[in-house]
Amino acid sequence: MNTRLLSLALVAASLSPLAALAQQAIVPAQSEVSFTSRQMGVPVDGKFKTFSAQVAFDPAKLATSKIAFTVDTGSADIGREANAEVVKPLWFNVAAFPKATFTSSSIKRIDATKYEVAGKLAIKGVSSDVVVPVTLAQSGATTVASGAFPIKRLTFRVGEKEWADTSMVADEVQVKFKIALTGVPKL
Amino acid sequence: MTSTAVTRYHPLARTLHWLLALGIVGNFALGLYMSDLPFSPARLQYFSWHKWAGVGVLAFSAMRLLTRLMSPPPALPQAIEVAMPGWQKRAHHATHVALYALFFAVPLTGWAYSSAAGFPIVLFGLLPLPDFVPVSEALADVLKETHELTAFAMAALVLLHVAGALKHQVIDRDGLLSRMGFGR
Repeated sequence: MNTRLLSLALVAASLSPLAALAQQAIVPAQSEVSFTSRQMGVPVDGKFKTFSAQVAFDPAKLATSKIAFTVDTGSADIGREANAEVVKPLWFNVAAFPKATFTSSSIKRIDATKYEVAGKLAIKGVSSDVVVPVTLAQSGATTVASGAFPIKRLTFRVGEKEWADTSMVADEVQVKFKIALTGVPKL
Repeated sequence: MTSTAVTRYHPLARTLHWLLALGIVGNFALGLYMSDLPFSPARLQYFSWHKWAGVGVLAFSAMRLLTRLMSPPPALPQAIEVAMPGWQKRAHHATHVALYALFFAVPLTGWAYSSAAGFPIVLFGLLPLPDFVPVSEALADVLKETHELTAFAMAALVLLHVAGALKHQVIDRDGLLSRMGFGR
């Protein structure tokens, strides 16, 4: 390839929206995805040990920014006894649905550090629209995106049959996240 | 030998005795039953009930101890005082002291076990109780063992207590049991 063609290719690449955005990398060791359910009024905390994200976020180019998040449902940790159960078909059915995903459709700026990310959350083969509030905090090269939002477990058929009784396990589950990213442009 | 009128325990002490008898025997049986159940909504429900009942046992035990301190138990009837060998007196005192200690130890180790296992107690599903130990699997294992051992020790002492009471009622026929009774 001669220099002329190469520079042409570079120009073309820089014009495509995705290439214009820096891809950010997640720092798993500094990130957490946790959730709190309620069992007969008792808050029960859990977390996912394995997750990944593809983030192309530029605060100056929200229209073309994109966030895709994947959680390994089999990595849920709620405590010894529950861990053996939550992978089973009535709960996450990990064998059939090993991944839960979130894919953004639009990002709205509230202020310099607060955003609302709308998108589709897919768990156990059920997809549902959610709006996720995200707060960004930059420190050095790292940007921490954190937030919390409620979901209804029964929407996603998490806890079927005898476990669908919400007097036993509440329908609402609070999801919390703290995602450390590198490469986010200055806010 | 006919039973002469004996001085009874304070009415509140008698009420608390029988309430706790019911609560302790019932909750011990529930604990035995539920711990072997497979993971199910019923199991979780029984665990919650067991914890609530255990908090009840703890609260009533505190009231009972206060009642005992403010209104000490009546002295043994003179006839029994004379007839009872020294080792039996010592055994009956030791049993009561140990029972009182376990009235507190069993619920408190259960409460701590629940906290250590990451399931804080929310009384009646409404009132969250404080955790006085951190969440820790290793600690939860130790506390589970301790809760079981103390519960079985209490069960053994309850049997001894009942055997002693029945011995007085059926063999000695000294009317000692009526000190905890109602009516007449």
